[in-house]
Amino acid sequence: MQRRPQRLLAASAAALTAVTLTACASSDRDSGGGGTEGEAESGGTLVFGAAGDPAMFDPAFGSDGETFRVARQIHEGLLTNEPGGTDPVPALAEDYEVSDDGLEYTFTLRQGVTFHDDTEFNAEAVCFNFDRWYNFEGLAQSPSASYYYQAVFGGFASTPDTPSIYESCEATDEDTAVIRLTQVTSKFPAALSLPAFSIQSPTALQEYDADNLSGSEDALTYSEYALEHPTGTGPFRFESWDRGNGQVTIVRNEDYWGEPALLDEIIFRTISDQNTRRQELQAGSIDGYDFVAPADYQTLEDEGFQVLVRDPFNILYLGFNGGNVPGTTANPALKDPRVRQAIAHAIDRDTIVSSLLPEGAEAATQFMPPTVDGWADDVTTYEYDAARARQLLQEAGAEGTTLRFYYPTDVSRPYLPDPAAIYQVVSQNLTDAGFTIEPVALPWNPDYLNAVQAGQADIHLLGWTGDYNDAYNFIGTFFAEASNGQASAEFGAFSAPEIFEALAQADAEPDPSTRTELYQEANRRIMDYLPGVPISHSPPALVVSEDVSGLEPSPLTAEVFSTVSIGG
Amino acid sequence: MTAVGEVKRRRIDELAARAGQVPEGEGGVSLTKSAVRRLRRDPVAITGAVIVVVFLVVAAFAPLLAPRDPLAQTLLSEIRPGFIPGSREGFPLGVDNLGRDTLSRLVYGSRQSLLIGVVSTVLGAAVGMALGVLAGAFGGWVDTVVMRFVDILLSIPGLLMAISISVLLGQNQYALMIAIAVTQVPVFARLLRGSMLAQRGSDYALAARALGVRRGRIVFGHVLPNSLSPVIVQATLSLATAIIEAAALSFLGLGDPDLARPEWGAMLSTAQDYLSIRPELAVYPALCIIVVALGFTLLGESLREALDPKFRR
Amino acid sequence: MLRFIIRRLLQLVPILLGLSVLLFAWLRALPGGPAQAALGERATPEAIARYNELFGLDQPIYVQYLRFLGRALTLDFGVSARTGRPVTEEFLERFPGTIELTLFAMVFAIGLGIPLGYLAARRHGSWLDSTSVIGSLLGVAIPVFFLAYLLRLLFAVELGWLPGSGRQDVRIEATRVTGFYVLDGLLTREWDAAWDAMAHLVLPGIALGTIPLAIIVRITRASVLDVVNEDYVRTANAKGLATQTVRRRHVIRNALLPVSTTIGLQTGLLLSGAVLTETVFAFGGVGSALRDAIFARDFSILQGFILLLAIVYVLVNLLVDISYGLLDPRVRVG
Repeated sequence: MQRRPQRLLAASAAALTAVTLTACASSDRDSGGGGTEGEAESGGTLVFGAAGDPAMFDPAFGSDGETFRVARQIHEGLLTNEPGGTDPVPALAEDYEVSDDGLEYTFTLRQGVTFHDDTEFNAEAVCFNFDRWYNFEGLAQSPSASYYYQAVFGGFASTPDTPSIYESCEATDEDTAVIRLTQVTSKFPAALSLPAFSIQSPTALQEYDADNLSGSEDALTYSEYALEHPTGTGPFRFESWDRGNGQVTIVRNEDYWGEPALLDEIIFRTISDQNTRRQELQAGSIDGYDFVAPADYQTLEDEGFQVLVRDPFNILYLGFNGGNVPGTTANPALKDPRVRQAIAHAIDRDTIVSSLLPEGAEAATQFMPPTVDGWADDVTTYEYDAARARQLLQEAGAEGTTLRFYYPTDVSRPYLPDPAAIYQVVSQNLTDAGFTIEPVALPWNPDYLNAVQAGQADIHLLGWTGDYNDAYNFIGTFFAEASNGQASAEFGAFSAPEIFEALAQADAEPDPSTRTELYQEANRRIMDYLPGVPISHSPPALVVSEDVSGLEPSPLTAEVFSTVSIGG
Repeated sequence: MTAVGEVKRRRIDELAARAGQVPEGEGGVSLTKSAVRRLRRDPVAITGAVIVVVFLVVAAFAPLLAPRDPLAQTLLSEIRPGFIPGSREGFPLGVDNLGRDTLSRLVYGSRQSLLIGVVSTVLGAAVGMALGVLAGAFGGWVDTVVMRFVDILLSIPGLLMAISISVLLGQNQYALMIAIAVTQVPVFARLLRGSMLAQRGSDYALAARALGVRRGRIVFGHVLPNSLSPVIVQATLSLATAIIEAAALSFLGLGDPDLARPEWGAMLSTAQDYLSIRPELAVYPALCIIVVALGFTLLGESLREALDPKFRR
Repeated sequence: MLRFIIRRLLQLVPILLGLSVLLFAWLRALPGGPAQAALGERATPEAIARYNELFGLDQPIYVQYLRFLGRALTLDFGVSARTGRPVTEEFLERFPGTIELTLFAMVFAIGLGIPLGYLAARRHGSWLDSTSVIGSLLGVAIPVFFLAYLLRLLFAVELGWLPGSGRQDVRIEATRVTGFYVLDGLLTREWDAAWDAMAHLVLPGIALGTIPLAIIVRITRASVLDVVNEDYVRTANAKGLATQTVRRRHVIRNALLPVSTTIGLQTGLLLSGAVLTETVFAFGGVGSALRDAIFARDFSILQGFILLLAIVYVLVNLLVDISYGLLDPRVRVG
């Protein structure tokens, strides 16, 4: 999830690198969970420990998990994800129809919804938002601002060179919005469940000059709207942001169209140190936090806290450098399939899974979790076998090959709870197989992501949390053709037409079951080629104190807090 | 003199001047000899020396002393998230989060930790002394320029300086050593310069000059060797600081990227994540750091007293 | 006296100029230079050119420095890459917290350190003496962040006596006036807020104050021992002055001189030592912001904060010099 947007990404064609985990959080009371909280007490304040500060509160410009965590409570999109699941379901749209040519989507909107500033939610508001994105100008067009829009829709009205797949939005009546696209894509409409496509109040957007970004591309200064007046339709409304102390306060939206939230107030408090978060929970000054270290699951449960484990919907992999990125120097030995296979055989995935990852984690055989359609049970697998690895290395004449192994610091990802530990085990495995490892540690954001995605590493650890149940969202993100018959720089722009073709074919296939087969074929080809080693799928967890109830963990890490109550 | 760190500098200078005084009326016993004699009788000095020697021996003979390979993840398969086996047969201090023998890592860790301390201190002292000699030997505008530069360095608090250098040089063990070394430079520069100035005015230097001995020979043959004692004292004390500072930089994510290489600071930082299940994993390296730092401090303080004529009453 | 102060202030100028040159050079020396530092490694050449033009980096180096200096003089250090806000604004928002914390730490260190050091010296050789000497040696040897974790584990988690992070309980709605939370509470008569803010200072304050405490104990002890042996004290004793009078008039007053200078030095150092403590205690001050900036490679924050902290450090030292001049007339002559 949330790889950070590439600054100055030249082509938004790299596109899908973008689509991020996110599921806009609306609590869809129609489809789930509404009644179960009948006995739950209303009221109270929940204090949730966040790992970092949000950037601001306008999700159209958002790109990271902490920004979306808050935005999900305030804003809603046309679609959302089913609570606790990964499939897109209606939210602000009650229903939609697709034209036969797949280019026209007619959304029937929910009635009686108002924004937090009492502006009415209707088809015009929807179209206002779509047109807003399409007409971004200046800094708003920079990838560090509107990353998700560009990932899904491509270019803007003012960038004819980079066309957009968005054509128009028309409010045919109060409750009907018709959106036209210029080409068919499997990303639509599922991508509309991303929080970046939340529908926000046109009145507030205009009044507080939402699109007025200043500063430079990499040091954006956001508008008054994004910082102080975010106005959505969600179960909570924005109250205040105390930046010095890293505290965001949101309060219940009394006029919510669905069942109102139970909590009076949620305070997101930034505590960057993981150990401090745990101790603060134990001391009772916060009520919960995300990304619990696997080492702490048991301790916390023994002390009466509730560790809410999400289903694994992610992949951790060791990426190889294909060696074709201009201006970088990758180890050419990695171009030899035997060397890549040697690495795959050298890694003891089962021990990593059992010793370092939480219960429920599993070793990966391919670059997506088994729950996603298109997963193939007959891909080539590479068992842990140090002797075989050594032998392959010998055959390739590459014993003692030195690999620059990049790993991130200061971060805990859903798929990578403890980078340092996993790095050390993999590194030891590779050393045992006869490689020489040269470690490079960089802070996650921006250094690590920049370096790794620019193809500077020989091998590197990275992963992904899916945005919704879609194979392309995984393997397309990693291995789709980026330019001139080459893969992304992250994988060293390797060239494997058989993979690119399979992916493109699958993406364009309208029939679901045929598409699934095509994706299975793509997975087989990927695992034959071996552009990296898939390592594991790991279940990330949240923890809340004993008296918190109603929080449903989402595999997409997209929880909405409207059903949460704190009592007793 | 500028105002910055006036007091800090005054103290360094006083120390330099004091320690630089040529002892008189000690019945012809040299400064070194009398210092050693007094050190031998000082229990504090002995404690410090014993600690330092023990750790040096451990570091030197680590391969012989460590019961196991510090890198081998022997018990990794027994580790579970939330469970790390404790002490047992063959693993007297238990294992770390990757199943490596803690005792062996502590033993080997002494090498890297002392190395960081020694290299950074020697480096800092060498550069600082070079600056100090430059200033002290030439005087005049050289002195002014060098000392202004040193003053500027002194005006940045140590940890901030180390952070800036680390960020500049990237994350590797040499950057770590250099970062710590840079924070040591100004103290040594001032110390040596002050000490040399005191020596230059001393009777023997004046006598040598009167006899027509060349300046270079006076400086390097007489003044410099006699100015070294405060530097040695400071170096001993700096070793303690360097080891603690290395741990702090490690904690701030600016340490050695090769986490498999045992080093106390990195071990301590890593162990913070397992405080709830194995607090002793943090306690052991912390104790090592504390005891070694204590050893160097005790030794340094008693050296200072021994070499300080004022304490000889 | 006024001339003394003015002279000292003037002497600050070359130091601050030197500092600005150093930090300017530092940013220039970063891999790829300031443009790459700000834009990231994948920045296109065009983007770098645009950035260079925007910030005048295509000009000769001395012009760049003068511009940097010009902006620094108006306290303009650019904007944070992470938040897009002016560096100075971020600093001012967070500095009051660090000042509060530093003051608390110093009060703790002085309030405990001077009496301890004095008593240790008075009972030279007693168990109290040896305990405080050993304790003060340990105090400088223990890594601060480890001590901080231990303190919190014990007093916040196990015993639950004190809050273990932040500056104020999030559930307390306090009116903000000055940014100094304790002061705010007192000004607005929100006593519970003031009390709560105070409680939040205790653990980080103790962690931060341990090193100065150790040093103050040692210096006080040493200087009391020194003074007791001075001729004038012997004379006073011989004159038959009452023990109390001797202590008050001569021993304590003279012994405090070196202690006061130590206090000044340590106060300056604490401002940077707060990086570790504030991180562990998630305390919203300058130190935790610096730590975040290290990880985010937010160079403008690093540059601006380090320069501002160095200025504060220099000023604190200046204050110490001046107060030293007031206390000890001998210094003014020199």
